[in-house]
Amino acid sequence: MFFRLLSAVRRQRPGRGWRNWSSGRSGASAAEAHSVTLPTQAQVVICGGGIMGTSVAYHLSKMGWKDIVLLEQGRLAAGSTRFCAGILSTARHLTIEQKMADYSNKLYHQLEQETGIQTGYIRTGSVFLAQTQDRLISLKRINSRLNVIGIPSEIISPKKVAELHPLLNVHDLVGAMHVPEDAVVSSADVALALASAASQNGVQIYDRTSVLHVMVKKGQVSGVETDKGQIECQYFVNCAGQWAYELGLSNEEPVSIPLHACEHFYLLTRPLETPLQSNTPTIVDADGRIYIRNWQGGLLSGGFEKNPKPIFTEGKNQLEIQNLQEDWDHFEPLLSSLLRRMPDLETLEILKLVNCPETFTPDMRCIMGESPSVRGYFVLAGMNSAGLSFGGGAGRYLAEWMVHGYPSENIWELDLKRFGALQSSRTFLRHRVMEVMPLLYDLKVPRWDFQTGRQLRTSPLYDRLDAQGARWMEKHGFERPKYFVPPDKDLLALEQSKTFYKPDWFEIVESEVKCCKEAVCVIDMSSFTKFEITSTGDQALEVLQYLFSNDLDVPVGHIVHTGMLNQGGGYENDCSVARLSKRSFFMISPTDQQVHCWAWLKKHMPEDSNLLLEDVTWKYTALNLIGPRAVDVLSELSYAPMTPDHFPSLFCKEMSVGYANGIRVMSMTHTGEPGFMLYIPIEYALHVYNEVMSVGQKYGIRNAGYYALRSLRIEKFFAFWGQDLNTLTTPLECGRESRVKLEKGMDFIGRDALLQQKQNGVYKRLTMFILDDHDTDLDLWPWWGEPIYRNGQYAGKTTSSAYSYTLERHVCLGFVHNFSEDTGEEQVVTADFINRGEYEIDIAGHRFQAKAKLYPVTSLFTHKRRKEDVELSDLHGK
Amino acid sequence: MPAPTQLFFPLIRNCELSRIYGTACYCHHRHLCCSSPYLAQSRLRCTPPPAYATFCRPKEGWWQHTQGRRYASTPQKFYLTPPQVNSILKANEYSFKVPEFDGKNVSSVLGFDSNQLPANAPIEDRRSAATCLQTRGMLLGVFDGHAGCACSQAVSERLFYYIAVSLLPHETLLEIENAVESGRALLPILQWHKHPNDYFSKEASKLYFNSLRTYWQELIDLNTGESTDIDVKEALINAFKRLDSDISLEAQVGDPNSFLNYLVLRVAFSGATACVAHVDGVDLHVANTGDSRAMLGVQEEDGSWSAVTLSNDHNAQNERELERLKLEHPKNEAKSVVKQDRLLGLLMPFRAFGDVKFKWSIDLQKRVIESGPDQLNDNEYTKFIPPNYYTPPYLTAEPEVTYHRLRPQDKFLVLATDGLWETMHRQDVVRIVGEYLTGMHHQQPIAVGGYKVTLGQMHGLLTERRAKMSSVFEDQNAATHLIRHAVGNNEFGTVDHERLSKMLSLPEELARMYRDDITIIVVQFNSHVVGAYQNQD
Repeated sequence: MFFRLLSAVRRQRPGRGWRNWSSGRSGASAAEAHSVTLPTQAQVVICGGGIMGTSVAYHLSKMGWKDIVLLEQGRLAAGSTRFCAGILSTARHLTIEQKMADYSNKLYHQLEQETGIQTGYIRTGSVFLAQTQDRLISLKRINSRLNVIGIPSEIISPKKVAELHPLLNVHDLVGAMHVPEDAVVSSADVALALASAASQNGVQIYDRTSVLHVMVKKGQVSGVETDKGQIECQYFVNCAGQWAYELGLSNEEPVSIPLHACEHFYLLTRPLETPLQSNTPTIVDADGRIYIRNWQGGLLSGGFEKNPKPIFTEGKNQLEIQNLQEDWDHFEPLLSSLLRRMPDLETLEILKLVNCPETFTPDMRCIMGESPSVRGYFVLAGMNSAGLSFGGGAGRYLAEWMVHGYPSENIWELDLKRFGALQSSRTFLRHRVMEVMPLLYDLKVPRWDFQTGRQLRTSPLYDRLDAQGARWMEKHGFERPKYFVPPDKDLLALEQSKTFYKPDWFEIVESEVKCCKEAVCVIDMSSFTKFEITSTGDQALEVLQYLFSNDLDVPVGHIVHTGMLNQGGGYENDCSVARLSKRSFFMISPTDQQVHCWAWLKKHMPEDSNLLLEDVTWKYTALNLIGPRAVDVLSELSYAPMTPDHFPSLFCKEMSVGYANGIRVMSMTHTGEPGFMLYIPIEYALHVYNEVMSVGQKYGIRNAGYYALRSLRIEKFFAFWGQDLNTLTTPLECGRESRVKLEKGMDFIGRDALLQQKQNGVYKRLTMFILDDHDTDLDLWPWWGEPIYRNGQYAGKTTSSAYSYTLERHVCLGFVHNFSEDTGEEQVVTADFINRGEYEIDIAGHRFQAKAKLYPVTSLFTHKRRKEDVELSDLHGK
Repeated sequence: MPAPTQLFFPLIRNCELSRIYGTACYCHHRHLCCSSPYLAQSRLRCTPPPAYATFCRPKEGWWQHTQGRRYASTPQKFYLTPPQVNSILKANEYSFKVPEFDGKNVSSVLGFDSNQLPANAPIEDRRSAATCLQTRGMLLGVFDGHAGCACSQAVSERLFYYIAVSLLPHETLLEIENAVESGRALLPILQWHKHPNDYFSKEASKLYFNSLRTYWQELIDLNTGESTDIDVKEALINAFKRLDSDISLEAQVGDPNSFLNYLVLRVAFSGATACVAHVDGVDLHVANTGDSRAMLGVQEEDGSWSAVTLSNDHNAQNERELERLKLEHPKNEAKSVVKQDRLLGLLMPFRAFGDVKFKWSIDLQKRVIESGPDQLNDNEYTKFIPPNYYTPPYLTAEPEVTYHRLRPQDKFLVLATDGLWETMHRQDVVRIVGEYLTGMHHQQPIAVGGYKVTLGQMHGLLTERRAKMSSVFEDQNAATHLIRHAVGNNEFGTVDHERLSKMLSLPEELARMYRDDITIIVVQFNSHVVGAYQNQD
């Protein structure tokens, strides 16, 4: 059998340290298993004995939590973990993923020494091949990011590739990336070693025990019902891999964990006549959709095909993944690809084709964190076929999260709360993972949108806008217009428009931006998350004053930009709040905050029946009228004066627009241009839109999309939560001191941290960079995540970028750190420090000079502003 | 099979020659027909207008023999391109998949593919498929009309309702009757699975409904409250007979609405065979009247395919039918009742719906025709009384019902009109469908097992398999695939595009000479469910 060969369970286990390991040590009999009684209570119950569950248990126990029970329905490390191809690779697209993989690598490296269990760890390194220039660019981008976090890697020539691996055909390659410290390891043995170490630290492990469902009392985990009895617990960790979705739904209060399994195939061969050296690097040929590693003298090769086979949609459960059917016909394209890459293998004998389901998530990132609806319910699953690489790091972050209340890194990109209930449809998941799995090896270009699972949430204007040439992108399931293709213009087909260079919509967005600056544009921004908080007494104000850093005790009708901070002063949310009346507030947050913000508010709001929090996102269509003529359009439609004297900036009023009454008009935009936001009850949306468009005609009105918005807001140094701001960024670090009222007369969450930071200074600073010697037509465009160099030293990474049509330059936003040259320690960043530096931005290995600015280019603000709007420049004077 | 017919030529003269031979190919084709040693069997001989109800069927040698001349007379080649061929073949295709609930498919039927290819214009074949909603089970049927499509159309609309009603328990019948009585919404009885081209007559629906209601009222009255078990076989037989008698009765009574009156007469004077399958779990009943056929595809343990016939043709090739007819009529008619392999020398199927010419007494026929509308009176065919017509009825719609208990090796059922069976042997039909279905759904997986296989060998094998697959994938529908073979097969048993193109580009008036209407339903069984049933017992 295959798994014996792959050394799933080694018999020569050390004698020591198994006291807490109950049942099934080496395939215990059922009778033996039944005799074991579970403890009646524990602090933490972890479900899943794969690499995730054991890693969480290992890290929790290391951090001092001892009262932990780990339950596994089959045998330890017998699911996807057993079948894992065993490749540990740090070359990931997200920095957080790179860090997780890097930590895992270091952890596994010393695990054998720590536990005495052989893990088969061999530092082979890996080579990522590029058959095309675009692939090479993609690798170069990863390469420059790996280097700055201390993972050695280099771009190498095809000739060098041939030296690293004797069997490779390199004639069709344009280059490659070599990551020498990547490794191969037996993931099952890693899981067993982690379990063993955890067990020595007091974790109790029970296999052949299934979790039936999690018991919840008052929105808090109270215990776990298993097939062998109940366990009371405070924390539950769902590490059930591909069964995590089902397990989440089995609760009375379901927890939606959007993931879905696909069949995954890899080939094992018999040994080569002259076996490769054991440290021959792993090959990833993403253009050929395959990976190849050295395995017991032969090869192991699998891949991510274009036409994946989703499996277990209907939630079929089974104790261990049976050895599923081998499907050679399905594997044929990958086999062809393998033989093209290594022609000499023709005569090599096949041992087996392994079918091992892997779990995928809707956005190709893993899922971790606490459930927004059930406190104490943690999740770590959906590894997109990188479970081994992420196992150590992800387990550590989750353990930190549980022990400290937050992880040491910003993991918003992986947070369970980035998803809503809408991603829990089986049909959606099935369709989406069919797109996600091939995407693992597809070229990842900027501004890529998923094609499946679309048109779920739409504005009532969707059809109207679509008919006018709107091209769409999706955020949190909501369709948002990117730009509007004029009737006479043809854009490239989807496949061709994948580029790292200047995109084909450049001129289209340019004209939209120009219209925003000179006339007036309409942008449908209905996707924003909208909450209403009302109370019978003053509770609403009190709660909000405690939750928000700005002072909300403003006159009725005023709008306040404010952050919702955590204890560390970091942004949990960045929003605008309008005071509708003395006791009710209207809160506008980024689209993807719908779940996160709701959970945060619920968590911190007192259980007071007089306090009402309502999600009104679906009730309002939001139209943004941007541009100097917006005021004319609106006053013509309402017969009300809209000039700044009558309608000052950052002001909110319910008024009539056209025939429709009760439209919330706000004198604000999200780009810094003059204009208004209209929050329209959805039944009036079409009417108001039509009126605006017909009246606006004489002012040159046109539709605009989010790309224009993005260009406008970035050139004005407007940071967005989720891209530039996150839970580890404080207002002081991004020049938003004026949005914090430390002395508003009452405490608010994060105040202490901010006070301290104010005294000590900040360790990073959001800075705007204007690229100097960058040729928009010929050079690679920045995206985000590009390393920033200050005086030749790595100083941070960009968070977002856009082309500014006004400055005719690329603008990047990013954080500048002050790493000590000697120790690498972070030091205080002052305005002076920023201003004195010479900066370069590294785009795929090419460094471009950049001017750093702490404040927006003032010439961009041409309109009259209220004092608060000038906040960023306020700092300048101090 | 083809019968030599010296009768053909005189008959054709009776026809409206201009309508048949109004084309440029006139001379050529007349020659063709005359020189043909065999002339095809029309289902119903002696059919004056409409002319295209008369046909001839070429033999193969004849096809080759005339090719040269054909090209000579029509200089421009009108080959259809493969997409054009596909669009013709796929115009009527329909697939239905039994929906899964909660990821589980509990039905023993996976789904079905159906299709039809006309030769007559308009096509005289009909098909029906429906799920019984008040009882379990699925109904599927093919209907081959003759002397027009009126009867096959009526049967295709009505027969399943009669069957479904016959299967209903007493309480449900009462419930339905009460609902009708009090004007409440009716329980839906059938869920139809129809191709957009399969239509129901709106005008007659009221009339049909009333007849059906009378039937269930009688069933309610007849109920003694004793037996609760409904015998499917009996229900099928009753439904067939009842519908035929209703068709006959409606024609005798007539209708005040002149359109309907003419319609019921056309239905009664034309005819249709029916082959209907009822699948409920592992119980498969096939009720057959006429010469359509139900064929079961069985996969043997070694993967090969064999055909099990589940119906008997009711025609001259069936000894038992000959025997039955002879017994049902006096000895002195023994020679005339079946002549030249036809009932009374005229009708090929020995059982059929409608065809009151073979059922009513001469008096009744004359009376109805005289009181009928003028169109009927002017119609030569209806007026024509069969020769040797002494002891009617000569024809019945009573079906022969076969029962088969499904086994896991029973993979599919082919229901098809004689248009298919004339051109293909049943063994070929089952093999082609079997290979098609396994190719698509469970192509024999390759397993390395303990063999020594190198990567190169495997690669070669897989490339070959993929090439083979892509040709199969041209059709998404098993019935279409079968029609492609039936029409386009060459002597090697593979589809010859040239031949296919020629056959499909025949002018409407000529198509019937080369082929009959073909209607096929391929029902696929769910072996897992069937197996599970078997294990339960």
